[in-house]
Amino acid sequence: MRMSDKDVTILAIESSCDETAAAVIRNGRECLSSVISTQIALHTEFGGVVPEIASRKHIEKITPVVDEAIRMSGVDLKDMDAIAVTYGPGLVGSLLVGVAFAKSMAFALDKPLIGVHHIEGHIAANFLTHPELEPPFACLVVSGGHTHLVVVKDYGEYEILGRTRDDAAGEAFDKVARAIGLGYPGGPKIDKLCKTQGNPHAIAFPQAKVNGSEYDFSFSGIKSAVLNYINQAQMKGEEIDRADLAASFQHAVVSALVNRAVGASKEYGFKTLAMAGGVASNSYLRKMMDEECEKAGIKLYYPEPILCTDNAAMIGAAAYYEYIKGVRHGYDLNASPNLKLGER
Amino acid sequence: MIVLGIESAGLVASAALVGDESILAEYSLNSKNTHSQTLLPMIDEICRAAGIKENMDSIDAIALAAGPGSFTGLRIGAATAKGLSFALKKPVISIPTLDAMAYRLYGVAGLVCPIMDARRSQVYTGVYEFKVESDKTFPEAVNIEPNMVMETVMSQRPVAVAELIETLRAYDKSVTFIGDACHLYRDAIVEGLGERAHFAPCFMSRQSAAAVAGLGMIYMANGAVGDAFTSDLEYLRPSQAERVRDEKLADKKND
Repeated sequence: MRMSDKDVTILAIESSCDETAAAVIRNGRECLSSVISTQIALHTEFGGVVPEIASRKHIEKITPVVDEAIRMSGVDLKDMDAIAVTYGPGLVGSLLVGVAFAKSMAFALDKPLIGVHHIEGHIAANFLTHPELEPPFACLVVSGGHTHLVVVKDYGEYEILGRTRDDAAGEAFDKVARAIGLGYPGGPKIDKLCKTQGNPHAIAFPQAKVNGSEYDFSFSGIKSAVLNYINQAQMKGEEIDRADLAASFQHAVVSALVNRAVGASKEYGFKTLAMAGGVASNSYLRKMMDEECEKAGIKLYYPEPILCTDNAAMIGAAAYYEYIKGVRHGYDLNASPNLKLGER
Repeated sequence: MIVLGIESAGLVASAALVGDESILAEYSLNSKNTHSQTLLPMIDEICRAAGIKENMDSIDAIALAAGPGSFTGLRIGAATAKGLSFALKKPVISIPTLDAMAYRLYGVAGLVCPIMDARRSQVYTGVYEFKVESDKTFPEAVNIEPNMVMETVMSQRPVAVAELIETLRAYDKSVTFIGDACHLYRDAIVEGLGERAHFAPCFMSRQSAAAVAGLGMIYMANGAVGDAFTSDLEYLRPSQAERVRDEKLADKKND
């Protein structure tokens, strides 16, 4: 929904983990440009993101990435209405690069500065892919660092129904992928393997319930069950079918996500459910969620895959609604690695 | 010419606007607050106070203390300098942190030795001397005025304190120390160098963005300028993860 008579064009910057990204977004819904420089190859040999290496890469990449996003958008820098940046949650050293760069640009050009919550960005990615989507709706946010089930009551207004008590869903994918020798990043590797191979019902892994909170998640139990399974097989000298193991693990995680998201939508009477975050591009999750939502008469939305990974377009989309509300940050804006959803 | 200096390599955050003849405005803060929250408001303040906030285009270049130092502190300074440089389309001048600290002690007789705490019993340091003339070339010799050169005797690096003291004992010259490691190693230094050791007094004992900007002007005159795209930091140390990996690889080789 357009909320201003005048076009609003926002330059957005994202550097919360291992992607340096910039984008130019018009009216919160139209992506004029989006540039992502990923560091995956750099961290692969370490089996995961190394914060100091990530930070060093961000400072190298930030200017070329922002410059390319501006050039591709065709909008002159002086015609931007605001500069938006992710200020949390994430890796503090990574966040600081984007925050300091965005702040000094805003200062030099005398433009409004808008700090954006990374998860709110992921949710807003849906607005770019689905121009008709408007709050209220339920949303499952699943990534390498986050697993949240939230109600998007209005733009920028959230109620958290459930969250993970231990590992994020994507983190469990990474750890299991490492254990079975698939390497980093685990999510896409498991997804790819299981598209053509593996029986998701070969091994029954537990779907942990969290006492007293119906919509919270726990994935460390599933992860431990997988690791135990591998250890026991090794002790017995048995060969493991990696594809069966990966598919069964993926089935357990995805079932937990789908059951809670669809269950909560039914209980709270939402006919609209969205997904967001890197794991939202997992094809097994999309398939199972499509099927269950269809059965329940719920309309399901998820962003196109490129908007599921970390990107700045989603930050520009979320920033638009903050801009309309008059949210502005000062030059003392700091990185906030543990920023809570909905916190201002 | 006006150069904006930025220094956030150590505990001190410092920003300065320097003209051809003098400092226009300088703001240094030695507090526990993070540079992320203090540095840009300080730059804002000096630009307002000096009356150039409405005309940021009058800044000709941004000079940055580009390492070594605290990794995070360096990046806050670099991201700030790059954002300004990119937005204002002005060059970035990367200045070695220790060189700018030494420049603060312009004209001091004998050797000048800035020391910053680098943890693990090491300091980031370098050894410099102000001389009438030098055989070296820029940037090992920086011509400050026709008859005064700052010469780099030992270029900046991380060194164990004991090793630095041994190195300095070999010179028969007085040594003036500056920097936040002075209070940590003062006793060891005095024990090693005796009466030859001097320490910069409080009003000039820490990093200064004005010195960074001042040295930046000389770098500019020598054509040593970069931009927001190409300017790099000098960490002088790999990340912990790379160090551990390299040590493992070296162990394997030796096996």
